[in-house]
Amino acid sequence: MSLAMSDLTLALPELFLAGAAMLLLMLGVFRKEDSARVVLVLALLVLTVTLVLAYGVTPKTGRATSFGGLFLVDDFTRFAKVLVLVATAFTLAISRTWMEKEEIARFEYPVLVLFATLGMLMMISANDLMALYLGLETQSLALYVMAAYHRDNARSTESGLKYFVLGALASGLLLYGASLVYGFVGATNFETIAKALASHHAPQGLIIGLAFLVAGLAFKVAAVPFHMWTPDVYEGAPTPVTAFFAIGPKIAAFALLVRVLTGPFGPMVEAWQQLVVFLAAASMIVGAFAAIGQTNIKRLMAYSSIGHAGYALVGLAVGNREGISGLLLYLAIYLAMNLGTFGIILAMRVKGRAVEGISDLAGLARTSPMMALMLAVFMFSMAGIPPLAGFFGKLYVFLAAVNAGHIILALIGVLSSAVAAYYYLRIVKVMYFDEPAEALDRPIGPTLAVVLAGSLVFIVFFFLVPSPLVGGAEHAASVLFH
Amino acid sequence: MFAIGLTHYLVVAAALFTLGVLGIFLNRKNVIVILMSIELMLLAVNLNLVAFSTHLHDLAGQVFSMFILTVAAAEAAIGLAIVVVFFRNRGTIAVEDISQMKG
Repeated sequence: MSLAMSDLTLALPELFLAGAAMLLLMLGVFRKEDSARVVLVLALLVLTVTLVLAYGVTPKTGRATSFGGLFLVDDFTRFAKVLVLVATAFTLAISRTWMEKEEIARFEYPVLVLFATLGMLMMISANDLMALYLGLETQSLALYVMAAYHRDNARSTESGLKYFVLGALASGLLLYGASLVYGFVGATNFETIAKALASHHAPQGLIIGLAFLVAGLAFKVAAVPFHMWTPDVYEGAPTPVTAFFAIGPKIAAFALLVRVLTGPFGPMVEAWQQLVVFLAAASMIVGAFAAIGQTNIKRLMAYSSIGHAGYALVGLAVGNREGISGLLLYLAIYLAMNLGTFGIILAMRVKGRAVEGISDLAGLARTSPMMALMLAVFMFSMAGIPPLAGFFGKLYVFLAAVNAGHIILALIGVLSSAVAAYYYLRIVKVMYFDEPAEALDRPIGPTLAVVLAGSLVFIVFFFLVPSPLVGGAEHAASVLFH
Repeated sequence: MFAIGLTHYLVVAAALFTLGVLGIFLNRKNVIVILMSIELMLLAVNLNLVAFSTHLHDLAGQVFSMFILTVAAAEAAIGLAIVVVFFRNRGTIAVEDISQMKG
C-alpha cells in the first residue's frame, strides 16, 4: 500500500495542525519577550486555517480512507471536526485575559491546546483501533498537562494528578477491550470488524471486549458511573482550561463513541444498546440531583455537563439516524451554551481576584444587568425552556427516543431536566432577587464580549433559522448508516 | 507435559490486569504505586495482544503493542512530572492527601 499524494490530502488539516503546532513550540522557545501573546494569536490563526481545511477536504465519493485504512474522512468526520475546531478556537480566544490577569499566560498553553486538538481530530477520523488509541492519547496527554497548568496552585496540580490517574485507568480499560476485540475478530480495522461481525455470531469474549471499550470511552465523555473525575478536575483546573475541557474534548469523545458503536459494532447493536441506555439514564439522573447542593459554579457546571452527556447519549441509545442527528445537534447547541456560560464565569472577578462561588453572583442584575441577563438566558437555555436553543436540542433527542419506542428513557430525560431546571433557575434567582454581593470587575474585555454576544444571538435566534444546523446534523448522521 | 496455549497467556494477562486495577483502587499509600499499577495494566494488555498475535499469525497485534509501549513511556513521563509539581505544592504524595476537593 503506497502513500500516494491523494492519501495525504485527506489528512491535510491534521498534517498542517501538527506541523504548525511544532513550529509554534519552537517559536515560543526562541522568542524572548511577549512569546505568550504572539503564540496565542498565531495559534488562533492556525486553528482558523485548519477549520477551513477541515471544511474544505471532501472526498469525491463522500467517503474515503487513507494511510492503509487507518484514517477515514466523510461528512460525519467533517461535521464533528468543524464543531471541535470552533469550540477550541473560541475557548482559546477567551482564555487570554484570564491567563494574563492570573499571571500564568505562557506560550505553552496555546501549543498544548493545538496538540490536544490534533489528537481530537485524529480521534474523529480514526478507522482502526490503533488510530483510535493514538488519537485518544495524543489528546489525553495534552489535557493532563493542561489540568495541572497552574503549577504553583495546589488545586490545579491536584486536579491534574486526579485526571491523570483516572484517565490512564480509562485508557487501560479501553485498551484491554481493544485487545480482546482484536483477539476474537482477528483485525483492528473498523470495516473488517464490521464485516466479520455481520457474518458470524459474536463470541462471548467479544462482548466483554466491547463492554471494556465502551467503559473506556464513557470515561472520556464523563458518563455515569465513569464520571467521578469530572467535578474535581473541573473545579481545580484553571477556568479557561475547564471551559476547554467541557466542550471540545467532549464533542470529540462523543464523535468517537458514535463512530465505534455504529461502525465496527453496528451489527452488535443489541449488545451495546442496553449499556448506552443505562449510561444515559444514570448520567441524566446523577447530573440533575448531584448538582443541586453545589456552591462552586465550576463544580456545578461539571455536574451540568454530566447531565448534558446523558441527554446526548439518549440519541446514541436510540441508535438510528434520527437519534444520531439529534445527538450531533445537541452537541452543537451544547457548545454555544457552555461557551457563553464559561464566558461569564471567566468574567467573574472581584477586585482583580477570580471568584467562583454562586453566591458571588448575588444581585448581579443590579450591579451589571447585561451580564445577568446573558447568564439568565444561558441558564434558561440549559434548563431547556422554549424558544431557546437548548429546548430544541432536548426536543430532537427525546423525539427520536419516543419514535424508536424508548418511552421510558425519554420520560427519565424529561423528569431529570425538570429537576435540573431547579438549579439552573436558582442561579437566576440568586442574580435577580438576592442582596447584591460585591460588584464584579468591569469591563470584561472585547474578545469575551464578542464571544458572549455571539453565543447569545445563536441561542436566542436559533429557532428562526434552524435548518442549516439541523440539515447538517441530519446529513452527517446519514453517512453513518449507508 | 502439557503445552502452554493461548488460554494460559490470557489468564495471566487477566490476572495482571486485575492486579493493576486493584492497585489503583485499594492502594492507600503512595502515588508512585498507582503509576506502577497503571504500567502493570498496560503490560497486561501487551501480553494479551502479543499472545493473540501469535495465535492468529497476524502481525497487527505486535505493532499495536509497540505503539502502546511508546505511549506508556510518554504517559509515565507526564505522570511523574505532574507528581513532581504536586509534591512541590503540598510536600507530600500520599494518596490520602490528594483530597483538597471533595463532593
